[in-house]
Amino acid sequence: MQNNAKNFFSKLGLDTRLLGMIGALVVLWIVFDVITGGRFLTPRNLFNLSVQTASVAVMATGMVFVIVTRNIDLSVGSMLGFIGMVVAALQVQVLPDMLGLGNPMIWIIGVLAAISLGAMLGAFQGWIIGYLTVPAFIVTLGGFLVYRGAMWWVTEGQTQAPLDATFRLLGGGAEGTLGVTLSWAFGVISAVAAVALMLMSRRRKAGHGFTVKPIWAEGILMGLAAGLILCFVWVMNSYPIAKGAMKRIAKADGIELTEGMVWYHGVAIPVVILLVVTVGMTIVASRTRFGRYVYATGGNPEAAELSGINTRLLTVKIFALMGALTGIASIIASARLNAVDVGLGTLDELRVIAAAVIGGTALSGGFGTIYGAVIGALIMQSLQSGMASVGVDAPLQSIVVGIVLVFAVWIDIVYRRRTGQ
Amino acid sequence: MDKQTPLVEMKNMGISFGGVHAVDDVSVDLYPGEVVGLLGHNGAGKSTLIKMLSGAYQGTGDIYVNGEKVEIHNPRDARKHNIETIYQTLALADNLDAAANLFLGRELMTPAGTLDDDAMEAETRKIMGRLNPNFQKFSSPVSALSGGQRQSVAIARAVYFNARILIMDEPTAALGPQETQMVAELIQQLKAEGIGIFLIDHDVHAVLELCDRASVMKNGKLVGTVNIPDVTDDDLLSMIILGKKPGEKAAG
Repeated sequence: MQNNAKNFFSKLGLDTRLLGMIGALVVLWIVFDVITGGRFLTPRNLFNLSVQTASVAVMATGMVFVIVTRNIDLSVGSMLGFIGMVVAALQVQVLPDMLGLGNPMIWIIGVLAAISLGAMLGAFQGWIIGYLTVPAFIVTLGGFLVYRGAMWWVTEGQTQAPLDATFRLLGGGAEGTLGVTLSWAFGVISAVAAVALMLMSRRRKAGHGFTVKPIWAEGILMGLAAGLILCFVWVMNSYPIAKGAMKRIAKADGIELTEGMVWYHGVAIPVVILLVVTVGMTIVASRTRFGRYVYATGGNPEAAELSGINTRLLTVKIFALMGALTGIASIIASARLNAVDVGLGTLDELRVIAAAVIGGTALSGGFGTIYGAVIGALIMQSLQSGMASVGVDAPLQSIVVGIVLVFAVWIDIVYRRRTGQ
Repeated sequence: MDKQTPLVEMKNMGISFGGVHAVDDVSVDLYPGEVVGLLGHNGAGKSTLIKMLSGAYQGTGDIYVNGEKVEIHNPRDARKHNIETIYQTLALADNLDAAANLFLGRELMTPAGTLDDDAMEAETRKIMGRLNPNFQKFSSPVSALSGGQRQSVAIARAVYFNARILIMDEPTAALGPQETQMVAELIQQLKAEGIGIFLIDHDVHAVLELCDRASVMKNGKLVGTVNIPDVTDDDLLSMIILGKKPGEKAAG
């Protein structure tokens, strides 16, 4: 029986680590749902969970590359805060005077500024690490202090609010979603794309004469992928928008509200951003030279160099990418809160590192997956939201998260030893 | 043999690290279809000398390939001149599979500009079928391979890209007798194809068996270059240990 199951999963060709993480997540969700008497696995809570996970998960995808190459980035939380403050000040104090309040260019400039500022700061740190050979731990510890301090100087500690109305949509909320119809369209397109990709890969492999999975296994995987995507959309589309928000939206769009009318959220925009980032980073990791060199350098820096890879420039690129993703995360985090205060992003660096590590990224370098880091972020956020909704005190929440982190890494080490990686 | 143009000539090579002359005014050459052994103690400078040819180190001196002076500043330059190196450490990324290692730094790409992993695996299967037909672990990371299998991946990497000049740094150091035999046969095969091989070793017997000539180094200097048929293992040992050429010994 056990052998049958093992055979079944090996035919499916699914990573056992992925199965383990999904298993842990499912157990966590069910336990919280039982304890809260069914309040955890509701469309409302899952919607909030997805939005809360987005910012940390976006950064965690970049942290995978950083850790895979045996580096670390302790500065992302402070950098997120600093970028958030600069971009918020731009929206609140500078751009409205230049362009007029509510000008559609404001949010575009804000987004570009956040991403490019992040990429520049990251590239600079990467240059110090790669070319001046100061250890990443020290450089980013310095960055951690510098950005947090610099953040204060931008506005002398003043909180910046409210942000541009369009920019705010990038943080989710009742307005910041795709809405029901678009969500379905997004879901169907994603599902079709996933199935098409799997079919193409299969045909290519068969074309080279490699053995491919049995067709039933491929069919199950396609069904699972499409099913999960559509199921997620369905849940998001079942979360009704509150009456107050409905009135606000109706007024803004000039729609007459009638009694008994119900609108639903759909997939939140930050979640769409996260999915795009995840797919993009997965392609970079597995299908590009850059990604290949990241893993090769992590596995054996000397071999990478002897193969003609410029590992110094690679370090600059990796940190620049981390910075750009921190910029995106900063957009999501500040837009969600509709305000930036000097505490924005505090401790995020540790959440991001924990997400990557729980997701199977080895600090010794060479191993780590993008989807793992995203699931890691989801596990961390589920744990925290779950405990909050059960009513666990904040200090105890920290204790539990800390213990889970150490436990997860120990499990990972045991797993690696067993599978001989 | 002297009428031919040498594949490689390294003239008056030198490099120092922190005031120590690791290689001091050393000249060696290599002809097509020839195996030249580089002998010496650990620290004699043989690996350092060869790393200047493979582009890992930059020192002083002139390098000629097919009679033309070339500049080698990095491993890419060396590869451009069809100089391939099999390092003692094998220089494999343990977390990647055989195909990814074989093509590291020279990946095959699809027209869309993405990695063509399937094509790389297909090519790897072809070359491994020639070099080591028993090799089957194409999708495992190379950390899961045996010493001989890892060695054959490293060799395949050099051979696949049409090496004209092959540098092997202690290729049999980590291998069992059977695998050593496999490497010896492979060297004969490559020789027959006209490839020139520098073989770095400190095992005198391996050099006697595999090489046509041997250059011996001691303390960064060249002791001398001898034709293998003219010398005994004792001659080589005295060159390595005492730094004396066989002729000098007879005279003294």
